[in-house]
Amino acid sequence: MNGPVNLDRRQVLAGGGALVVSFSLSDAFAQDHAAAAPKPPGSLATSPYLDAWIRIDADGITIFTGKAELGQGFKTAFQQIAAEELDVSFASLKVVTADTLLTADEGYTSGSQSTQYSGTAIQNAAAQVREILVAEAARRLNVPMENLRTENGAVIAPDGQRLGYGDLVADNMLHVQAQPKSKLKNPATYKVMGQPVPRVDIPAKVTGGAAYVQDMRLPGMVHARIIRPPSYGAQLTECDTASVEKLPGFVKVVRDGNFLAVVARKEFQAIKAMRTLSKAAKWKEKPGLPKQDDLLAVLTSLKSNDTTIFQQSDASATGQKTIEATFTRPYQAHGSIGPSCAIAQFADGTMKVWTHTQGVYPDRQGIAEMLKVPLPSVRLIHVEGSGCYGHNGADDAAADAALIARELPGIPVRVQWMREQEHTWEPFGPAMVTKLKASLDGNGKIVDWNFDVWTNTHSMRPGGAGSMLAAQHMAEPFAVPEPQPIPLPAGGGDRNAIPIYKFPNAKVVHRFIPEMPVRVSAMRALGAYHNIFSIESFMTELAELAGVDPVEFRLNHLEDKRGREVIEKAAKEFGWQKAQKAPLDRGYGFAFARYKSLAAYCAIASEVEINRETGRPRLVRAVAAVDSGQVVNPDGLINQVEGAILQSMSWTLYEAVTFDDTRITSTDWQTYPILRFDAVPDKIDVHIINRPGLPFLGSGETGQGPAAASVANAIANATGKRLRDLPLTRKKIKDAIDA
Amino acid sequence: MTTLKVNGHDHEIDADPDTPLLYVLRDELKLNAAKFGCGLGQCGACTVIVDGKAVLSCVTPLLLLKGKEVTTLEGLGTVEKPAPIQRAFMEEQAAQCGYCIAGMMMRAQALLQRNSKPTDAQIRSEMQTNLCRCGTHMRILRAVHRAAHLMDTAELTPTTQGGAQ
Repeated sequence: MNGPVNLDRRQVLAGGGALVVSFSLSDAFAQDHAAAAPKPPGSLATSPYLDAWIRIDADGITIFTGKAELGQGFKTAFQQIAAEELDVSFASLKVVTADTLLTADEGYTSGSQSTQYSGTAIQNAAAQVREILVAEAARRLNVPMENLRTENGAVIAPDGQRLGYGDLVADNMLHVQAQPKSKLKNPATYKVMGQPVPRVDIPAKVTGGAAYVQDMRLPGMVHARIIRPPSYGAQLTECDTASVEKLPGFVKVVRDGNFLAVVARKEFQAIKAMRTLSKAAKWKEKPGLPKQDDLLAVLTSLKSNDTTIFQQSDASATGQKTIEATFTRPYQAHGSIGPSCAIAQFADGTMKVWTHTQGVYPDRQGIAEMLKVPLPSVRLIHVEGSGCYGHNGADDAAADAALIARELPGIPVRVQWMREQEHTWEPFGPAMVTKLKASLDGNGKIVDWNFDVWTNTHSMRPGGAGSMLAAQHMAEPFAVPEPQPIPLPAGGGDRNAIPIYKFPNAKVVHRFIPEMPVRVSAMRALGAYHNIFSIESFMTELAELAGVDPVEFRLNHLEDKRGREVIEKAAKEFGWQKAQKAPLDRGYGFAFARYKSLAAYCAIASEVEINRETGRPRLVRAVAAVDSGQVVNPDGLINQVEGAILQSMSWTLYEAVTFDDTRITSTDWQTYPILRFDAVPDKIDVHIINRPGLPFLGSGETGQGPAAASVANAIANATGKRLRDLPLTRKKIKDAIDA
Repeated sequence: MTTLKVNGHDHEIDADPDTPLLYVLRDELKLNAAKFGCGLGQCGACTVIVDGKAVLSCVTPLLLLKGKEVTTLEGLGTVEKPAPIQRAFMEEQAAQCGYCIAGMMMRAQALLQRNSKPTDAQIRSEMQTNLCRCGTHMRILRAVHRAAHLMDTAELTPTTQGGAQ
């Protein structure tokens, strides 16, 4: 069947032997036939046309991904994958990322799924494209396919004749649906994949090139600033615009209910105008925030929908010693170094938005709904921003820009959030409570395991307008959608709540709290961060109770072979010894998890030093072992895991969003301190266990949970005191030592 | 109009004297490297060099810069002819999202200009002002050490652009 044609895309992609791509209806087609045929792998299952991923024309070869580069470096990794399977040089390829006009709809770039889904799609599409080109060459040369080989962008005949890919491609040759299986290369022959190829984006970033949406300067662009309400639910009662209208460079005030913005010609003029308008704006606030210092009581007293997500029983196994523990996590901030930014331009009936959103398609849907315009009249283009680590202010800034740009037809409008806006309005990582109870038998094995987690949803991402601040603040507001749990096996608040270890009796309950007193959404690793912190802290507590070394204790309960190898590797490289004692005021910790129970494996051993006088903790060194399947770019993977360890350590030791009964009070880096260089470890070592030919396993978030628990276990080992309430601050450690 | 010397060239700037240097660089001179991070002098993303010292451009108004020389990352080198600090960050792949990196490099550059052989402790102490959220710190430290080494050897190889020394 020929895919239906989308005229917009045909116009965009026309020219030079180009291959026309159509996505929206081909998705429906794929779904209609889902039951009839096995689906091709990765995101090819939802966007099956090969030319949705690879296009060969007069401009060369372009790779398309619906995922957004957020600083993970996958753009480089995808280029490696495509170069490998196409047999072309790495440098000859271009990679186009998330754009609602050009790329497949791959939903959000989240959950460590980019390489697993998009990378797999590109790998298989590339292999299939190569095969089509070889078949075409065989037809033209009248030579059997098996006598042809490919090299550096050309098919080569036995007599040495070369047919370039560009010459072989014609018409809609690649506008075909992917086959369920591809003839992938033997990993032993890889030339580009598996190599530490330098990142393609770094040269611009270290020389002042335009690298971020913040760096875009469109002709005639104006600068906007938002005047946000001082607290959730505040109502704008008065706003005299006379004073701001007199300011130099003033362009416009945009007000729609509680949405208030000002536009000026230059950026600092916009900031001054924002300050002036802030003074003129009067708001009616109402208290509604919970008690920050008693989140345990707050979360466990809110109404929850309880689901037993795992249960296993074996009456023959009975325990002798039982312990219980409760762990808490506060609200925590993504804290991007660059506050959110977006540029929108409403021209020729189309609203174009350049944004660092993680999901151009769902965000487009939200913006179209907010503006009450048809979907095709909104185009979202991803441009890199500062690292986001989940759902930060990016989508909101995109909506802000669109709402303002609608009032200034033809003019590009740049919206830049201020630091305090990002700190107070971003949707935070949700607070969580876990309660654990377990029993050991006479042999030091766990025979009974109970795990309860209280949590909000971990995704309030757009899809509808109601998820975006601008739409919530309009005179005719869109209601915040009903929160939904993210289904297992990946899960949301219950992500990694089901233990990877094998226990004869186990019960895991997900207590999903619909009410959200604080604005929350997805933050790197979602519930896995706190669940793994809890499970892996408790495993070490149980090991101590059993009198067994923590590494050995984990291995005693783990059947998963790859998991065992990761644990053994981290322990060996760390120099972990049974019954070892750390030097005075130092402690060793260990933790392990398989992220989402289906992605990369990660074990981390750590050494922490405690200043007994002040209680201040410092991670001295960490050694990680990671198995993320076939490795595409080992240095990229190491960079991600190093970063995960340091970021998680910062969350774990320092970070909590603060608030009074009305306002968020952690408004900047003074009131929300994070890791600085004085607390950076001496050394972090990341060891990769490569699995040639095995599927890519997401790894961007795999370090988050193990790092937290490893550090917590090391603090307990150093002080003899177990801390279970995040963050494990200097003061809590000092109080525990003094107690 | 105020005259401002940036990366070796005089520029006539049409901005209010209270305008922070950051906006002069980004808005008037269309330079990308200095980044808006907080506007409060807390994160270092906007760091540039003024008369040899690392300065937070987001809290430094134009009126304080008369007769001074401003150097931004763009003034050190290019992709084709990178300065040692730029080469070092590329070679160490010392970036994840990279948003903080230009500020990190300028602070490190200022340190290396006054102390060509800093100890690890001196580097950590100097970099304390600047925040990175991706957790790229280990690579940043390695890159600064590497840059110190490259600058040492660069004196012997005039083809490598030394930048703002």
